[in-house]
Amino acid sequence: MSELLKYPGESSNNDLPPEAKAAAHTRRVFLFKVAVGLNVLVGAVLAVPLIGYLLGPAMKKSAGVGSWISIGDVSDFPVGETRLADFRSPLASFDDGETAKVACWVRRISAQQFQVFAINCAHLGCPVRWFSESKLFMCPCHGGAYYEDGSRASGPPERGLFQYKYRIAGNSLVIHAGDMPTLATQASCKDKPLVQIEPATDETRSSSWGA
Amino acid sequence: MGSLKERVTVAGLKGYAWLEHRLGLIKPLTEAAEHPTPANNASWWYVFGSAATVLLILQVMTGILLALVYSPSANEAWSSLNVLNHNIALGWYLRALHGWGSDFMIAIVLIHMVQVFLFGSYKFPRELTWIVGVLLLLLTLGMAFTGQVMRFDQDAYWGLGIGASIASRVPYIGASLVHLILGGPIIGGATLSRFFTLHVFVIPGLLLAGVGVHVWMVLRHGVSDWPMPGRLVRKSTYESEYHELTEKTGIPFVPDAAWKDAVFAAAILFAVMACAFFFGPFGPGGPPDPTIIQTAPKPDFAFLWIYSVLAFLPTAIETPVMLVAPVLGIAGLLLLPLFASEGERHWARRPVAVLMVSVIAVTLGIFTRLGTYTPWSPIMNAWTSDPIPPKYLHDRTPLEREGAIVLQNKQCRNCHELDGVGGLRGPALDSVATSLTEDQIVRQVLQGGGNMPAYGNALNPSEAKALVSFLMTLRGNDLSPAVDASRGLAHPGFHAAKPAAAPASGQKP
Repeated sequence: MSELLKYPGESSNNDLPPEAKAAAHTRRVFLFKVAVGLNVLVGAVLAVPLIGYLLGPAMKKSAGVGSWISIGDVSDFPVGETRLADFRSPLASFDDGETAKVACWVRRISAQQFQVFAINCAHLGCPVRWFSESKLFMCPCHGGAYYEDGSRASGPPERGLFQYKYRIAGNSLVIHAGDMPTLATQASCKDKPLVQIEPATDETRSSSWGA
Repeated sequence: MGSLKERVTVAGLKGYAWLEHRLGLIKPLTEAAEHPTPANNASWWYVFGSAATVLLILQVMTGILLALVYSPSANEAWSSLNVLNHNIALGWYLRALHGWGSDFMIAIVLIHMVQVFLFGSYKFPRELTWIVGVLLLLLTLGMAFTGQVMRFDQDAYWGLGIGASIASRVPYIGASLVHLILGGPIIGGATLSRFFTLHVFVIPGLLLAGVGVHVWMVLRHGVSDWPMPGRLVRKSTYESEYHELTEKTGIPFVPDAAWKDAVFAAAILFAVMACAFFFGPFGPGGPPDPTIIQTAPKPDFAFLWIYSVLAFLPTAIETPVMLVAPVLGIAGLLLLPLFASEGERHWARRPVAVLMVSVIAVTLGIFTRLGTYTPWSPIMNAWTSDPIPPKYLHDRTPLEREGAIVLQNKQCRNCHELDGVGGLRGPALDSVATSLTEDQIVRQVLQGGGNMPAYGNALNPSEAKALVSFLMTLRGNDLSPAVDASRGLAHPGFHAAKPAAAPASGQKP
């Protein structure tokens, strides 16, 4: 028996007739296929948490994030002027450092009426600057310009500046801040998500005032 | 017993035999290096691929050394770069080598691609070599963009903002894409971490593997022979022709052809070293604090042309172009060898190919040049820095001088030049009254139009009156003022009277 089996423990043997060899071969191929199938199965199960981890940040609903945060005393903002304010993002993480800071433009129209604009140009997100004499917001990147009420004046932006929802709590001005404002992730789009082209109108202002 | 020299030689040979018997790589690698190559491609035009590989190795080495100090945390990245620049011995030089090495690598990879394209070397049987090469170019550009983020200064911060804003324009999944790119709702620590992962692990891994495949295919098919006009590539005959050529004229790649590669690689390395030494490292610029808004963000050199294109695209087609053009461009590059795998290789017989390269090169050059001085951007401090030139104030009435003050204070010069100083967004105003009539200027100022915002809300009537009367005095070298041709029909003799009524002092007609 031992001279038939070249390698102890293995059933194949070069002296066996071809049919027998083929039979043995088929069983091994079958087992290999089973093993491959097993790995595909394990791999698929393993892939679920890996891909889930990778796509985690993309799964969050942008409308759901953010919270109300104070950006200063109401008295910090004189009526009729537009001033720069900044705050620490309520969504900041432990290692965000300075990047957790967010700037915004606050326009006080009357005692109770405000507009709070995102610093990010609606074109590609560069920081717009306010020019009080010409009553314009200008963007240094591609020359977008906006009027004092945030509506588009000229240049490549397709809409007005993004606006934060605000309310007055006691003596402080509170805004709803969340995502970095872009066309798809507007800071205050909880009620109206994914509005692609919408100029900053008085309507938006009054409805946000009510909130 | 032989002499000491003989014994050392014998011991060396024994050591080699011991090693090679176990390793089995030295002999095949030597054979690969000495493979015969047609003598006609031992040319200075064939040195760019190896130079790009040498630069990649330089980038890997300097990158590893920088990672010894760099801290990939939004809290500390910017400070750690300043420590590298100022506190670590030769840290500035390592940063400079890595930065200049990156610019040189992009340039060499592009030159390599243009050479391969113009020589028709992407044709059969080297189609897949080209396709892998295109992927290597994209990975190289990916390294450049993620590397710019590693610098984590103001430009990096706002550059990420621009990237996220472009991603946000993708229909349906825009928001998810933004979150995926940023690693969260805002640009911050998670963003830097994932770009660090891309820059240090993912893209370099793909790049090195891709270079391996690329070089393997170069060895498998041989370096392409020098193209000859009229010698067409045919799938049925090319390979036997190439083998015949190699057998007839073949020279060993190492050393007969490779010495040119080696000389060029050394020259390029020396150029990187010299640029790094004399020009120093790139940045970092201001700290990545988004509340410091006195900044005009700009991407690195390789991406300036994209920055320029984004300023010129009409609003209505901007998003489609942004999202579709890159896909078409990359697909075109990838599919090129599949559609043009046979036929003429020589550039003299491929005018369309030469024209394409010329047009693309000139276009990229113009947009890059524009990106260096961004004529479309308002100059944010022009109105505070340069007064109205005195020559425009001589012999002006008080109202007109008041108008000059309005022009200065209302920040008109952020976009308009006067005597060569000011923004380039709008036209220079030195001779505005020769191209617009008073009525037209009033309309343009108050209602805007073209790229100009309306100033009706920002000017009270007396300011508007003063401003327009000053603008009406701006007629270059006393050119005649613009005339409303329709007036001549209503008031015969108007034309003749007008120049007399408007003397050089700039009195309005």
